[in-house]
Amino acid sequence: MDVLLTPSGGKEHLLLGNEAIVRGALEAGMAFATCYPGTPSSEVPDTLYRLRKQFPDKVKYYFEYSTNEKVALECAAGAAASGVRTLCTMKHVGVNVAADPLMTLAYVGVRAGMVILTADDPSLFSSQNEQDNRYYARLSGLPMLEPTGPAEAKEMTTYCFDLSEELGSPVMIRTTTRVNHAREAVPFVKLGKVKQTSKFVKNPMQFVTVPAVSRNLHLRLLGIYNQAQAISEKSPYNKVVGKGKLGVITSGVATNYVMDAVADLGAKSKIKVLKLGFTYPLPEKKIASFLKGVDKVLVVEELEPILEEAVRALAQEKGIAVEIAGKVAGKVPAKSVDIEPPAFFSRAFEYTPRLVRQTIAKYFGIKHKDTAELNLAGMPTPPGRPPNLCPGCPHRATYFAVKEVAGDETIYPTDIGCYTLGVLPPIKAADFLICMGSSVSSSGGISRATGQKVVSFIGDSTFFHSGITGLANAVHNNHNFTLVILDNGTTAMTGHQPHPGVNTESIGDSTTHIPLEPLIRGLGVQHVTTIKPFKVRSAKKAIEEAIAFEGVSVVISQELCPLFARRVAPLTKRVFQVVEDKCKGHLDCIKKVACPAMFVENGQARINPLQCIGCALCAQICPENAILPVKAEG
Amino acid sequence: MSTQRIVFVGVGGQGNLLASNLLGQAALAAGQHVVVSEIHGMAQRGGVVESAVILGDATSPIVSNAEADVVVCFEPVEALRILNKANKDTLLITNTRPSPPFTVAIGAAAYPKPEDSVAFLRSKLGKVIAFDGQSLAEEAKNPLSLNMVMLGALFGAVELPIDVKTMKKIIRSQTKKRFAASNVQAFDLGFKAAA
Ligand SMILES: Cc1ncc(C[n+]2csc(CCOP(=O)(O)OP(=O)(O)O)c2C)c(N)n1
Ligand code: SF4
Ligand code: SF4
Repeated sequence: MDVLLTPSGGKEHLLLGNEAIVRGALEAGMAFATCYPGTPSSEVPDTLYRLRKQFPDKVKYYFEYSTNEKVALECAAGAAASGVRTLCTMKHVGVNVAADPLMTLAYVGVRAGMVILTADDPSLFSSQNEQDNRYYARLSGLPMLEPTGPAEAKEMTTYCFDLSEELGSPVMIRTTTRVNHAREAVPFVKLGKVKQTSKFVKNPMQFVTVPAVSRNLHLRLLGIYNQAQAISEKSPYNKVVGKGKLGVITSGVATNYVMDAVADLGAKSKIKVLKLGFTYPLPEKKIASFLKGVDKVLVVEELEPILEEAVRALAQEKGIAVEIAGKVAGKVPAKSVDIEPPAFFSRAFEYTPRLVRQTIAKYFGIKHKDTAELNLAGMPTPPGRPPNLCPGCPHRATYFAVKEVAGDETIYPTDIGCYTLGVLPPIKAADFLICMGSSVSSSGGISRATGQKVVSFIGDSTFFHSGITGLANAVHNNHNFTLVILDNGTTAMTGHQPHPGVNTESIGDSTTHIPLEPLIRGLGVQHVTTIKPFKVRSAKKAIEEAIAFEGVSVVISQELCPLFARRVAPLTKRVFQVVEDKCKGHLDCIKKVACPAMFVENGQARINPLQCIGCALCAQICPENAILPVKAEG
Repeated sequence: MSTQRIVFVGVGGQGNLLASNLLGQAALAAGQHVVVSEIHGMAQRGGVVESAVILGDATSPIVSNAEADVVVCFEPVEALRILNKANKDTLLITNTRPSPPFTVAIGAAAYPKPEDSVAFLRSKLGKVIAFDGQSLAEEAKNPLSLNMVMLGALFGAVELPIDVKTMKKIIRSQTKKRFAASNVQAFDLGFKAAA
């Protein structure tokens, strides 16, 4: 059995932050969960999915991967309005997609506890931006809590279900990568009782947001703010630690850096810390009384100066004359915040314990000497190790065929997924990308505005997420471009989750498969072809025809991601080798496809048999026919 | 108790996240306060993978520049790349068997000779332990057990508040049954190489 399903409490277990959130939800008796995956949130839904599959008799919740975050939130809203405890998870940019339902869901509220996880990514470890989703609490009016680590993440998750029910409002939990992907000892309490189903009780005056209803609901929301603030004032998650006349106010993962810094600086009797965990609504009385008790205050928060601005406004309003510092407006730090002399905090990138310690020491005039950094002059240069498409990745073959046909002049809007690695040489087929789904819609803009040839790329999961509406727009408005759908049968980038285009029978799921081609024909696309990317010649021909077509054409490049395929059944293709007598050393294979299984030795191409999976792409490129399958042994 | 900050670095597929997770579990079993952090990102696609295990009183999940007490490197050029985490007193343990990145395979970048890398490490740090860990993994008849070799080396070289028995018990119970014996053997070989 999995430790996460341990019925009883009492023991501690080492859990990843995201596993701790799952345990917290199970202890709260969660009955319903939806998500769209995205780093650093994905292990929450992936764990819920795995547990349900492995232990169908033990698990009492419904779970789904929804097609996108808006859909996930609306589905979850329906469940919570019906009266079952519901969790909805997404990465920070996912909340942008879900922002429309979020704003008005805040008006209507819920009948059972509903928790929304937003997982932010300071330093952009795997994201297209580092937006600060604490603003979403302020924009929507929903209460927000921020854990400092896995143990608190579990406890807060359980608490947020109760809080949500008490207020009749969804509650947001905001984490950052360092909370989601940290492990620490997490004390368990017993699993909660699950109320699996409920009955939808009609109440249009709460749930149907016509203007006359919403006017009242807005007032309801403002009332909830006051109620939540009173709870926040008393919350044990907002507490003062230590004593002294110097103050630090902090929240989230930075709290750890502050507590370690105070200890390292030997300043436990000088610095008093206000640790904020229930961060919206802020406990204004508690903050005001903290401000009155100190001579100066440093606000330590990653990304935007949200606490800092609130603290400054509060000091002004209450007439508290105390020096407040945090970020310096208008200053742009050097690339790495860690090396910058710590005269101020930055709005960019995550902090480190050292940066926080140095800044606290400097601001409060505490003498302290840190270990010196090494002088690395003269170090042999480590070669770059950029991520690369895997050996035998079908995206590589599709890119190769498209580039052969459409060359370097064509404009290639792209999208988010493994295939975004097509930005790197030698493929270099990525010219525009802002968010999921932007490939399709921006193609119309670029081709209309320039008349240039446009071929865009989108993954299958991304197409279901936010490509369909863009394609309908393109057909309706008579745009002119070719869309290549990279149909690898999975959501590879974020951990191979299923989506509507996946034939989930092979992995033992009972969800319904929506094949792409009829869907796209149904949208009115006149030229649709499905290709097998490893059949290079026929793929090229189909791509050529699609590009020649006036109007919107779609090429579906269909081949399973081998990493995913390997999970279902062992790969059986024979690996390839370079025949030394035949290889003339043009290295076309390496220059054009950059498969990581290949390397150069004595001026000739070679293939590492432990990495090659026998996709045969390189063999079809070699003009000397020097790349052949390794003969079966015996 | 003082804090021990241990950084692990390797490349996708070498299993350093498993090593740091198992060390964290052993620490918990030994009654120690521990925080582990991982950067998952591009592990699958051949990129650099970093994790950290922090034992003792600290609550921060990450290790700042110049503040690692121990750096465990699964690959020699990654030892160079991670060197900003070290200071002159840091103990660095590295596998010397190269795993050249693709940029080198296609001749777009040069791979420094492992001897040169190790010589540079030694010129900057008081304590460097460098050995061909991959050959020990192969000796244990489990080429994928480099992570256990490096974990063994950590225990061989550093006084940790976790006894070896606890660590091995965790390895036995938490890794695939089929590999449990070879994993423990790899751990022992790494231990001896670094002790
Ligand atoms: C709004 C939003 N949600 C989630 C993500 C995280 N994310 C990035 S790519 C991706 C899906 C990739 O799947 P697919 O399009 O099938 O491409 P593949 O990785 O399989 O090549 C996800 C979920 C994101 N960047 N933005
Ligand atoms: S995980 Fe799959 S889709 Fe992603 S790069 Fe590897 S083979 Fe390609
Ligand atoms: S057949 Fe060629 S391109 Fe395909 S995985 Fe093997 S080496 Fe790479």
